[in-house]
Amino acid sequence: MKRLILLAIFSGILVFAAPHSFAQPSHVSATTIPTDRLIQPADLPPLLAPGSTEKPPVVLQVGSRIFYTEAHIRGSIYAGAGSQPSGLALLQKTVASVPKDKFIVLYCGCCPWNRCPNIAPAFDRLRTLGYTNVKVLYIPNNFGDDWVSKGYPTDK
Amino acid sequence: MGHAVPIPRRVGRMLSIALLPALMLLTLPAIAQGPASMVDKPAPPFVRTDLHDHPVDLTSYRGQVVLLNFWATWCAPCQIEIPQFVRWQSAYGAQGLQILGVSMEDDSAPALALTRRRHVNYPVLMGDAKLGRLYGGVLGLPVTFLIDRQGKIAAVYKGQTDLSVMEREIRRLLSAGGQ
Repeated sequence: MKRLILLAIFSGILVFAAPHSFAQPSHVSATTIPTDRLIQPADLPPLLAPGSTEKPPVVLQVGSRIFYTEAHIRGSIYAGAGSQPSGLALLQKTVASVPKDKFIVLYCGCCPWNRCPNIAPAFDRLRTLGYTNVKVLYIPNNFGDDWVSKGYPTDK
Repeated sequence: MGHAVPIPRRVGRMLSIALLPALMLLTLPAIAQGPASMVDKPAPPFVRTDLHDHPVDLTSYRGQVVLLNFWATWCAPCQIEIPQFVRWQSAYGAQGLQILGVSMEDDSAPALALTRRRHVNYPVLMGDAKLGRLYGGVLGLPVTFLIDRQGKIAAVYKGQTDLSVMEREIRRLLSAGGQ
């Protein structure tokens, strides 16, 4: 009898919890990205400067299109939200003509780093596609605070 | 009439280098200062339609305390706040609290589905870059503005926030009375 009651309670929990867990945005945490693949905001502007001795990277925004329209890293390209299948398809299309060893920088900045749903799936997709020189811009809080407010090169 | 004193070229160059950052700061638009720069300023008016095609005119809420929340379905901290906002709308609505949600996603379908699932009891409208810029540059979520009964922005909360702090401020603004 005790077992039956426990089973009923467990089933009840499953029935109630399942829809709510599906309702939560599922995401791979940005903390899964290896630290040697990160680039700090202060280190990127020199690479984008017109007189830079290095070849500038391809910079891709993989978050919200609204945020991209509002403000984005100068010269960056919108490549789809990494958390959405349609976003990953756009990312794949965007890099289709980019050589596999090209220096690519991904960024999002929609949410605090460990809550960003977009950046890790986008990074994983490029790695799966065989891109070998991909870095991710480390944005601890959000794009506004960690890039725009600091006066780094921005297009609006 | 005084005579202009010639400034040596080297000094002039040094001065311009020293003054350039100050000039850049002065000319930076509001977006570079972020939403926090909006505190104590009148809330920028806007008129939109909500997810159910009802008009939402911010100025029509003058005399009420407005909680204006920018959010998205993919934003995990936003999901924590929404059930609390639903409770606050029920608990404080009669005292003059009006919550307005602004979804910052590209498509309205996920926002509509979530508001139905969560029984959201306040208007939710779709945001865009223009509305984000109007509020100082909404470039990260969640962001919540508390607007007092006179239509002035009293507080801004960015990122994951201690909701008990926000609730205390709501109560304070509500107790400030009518117009």
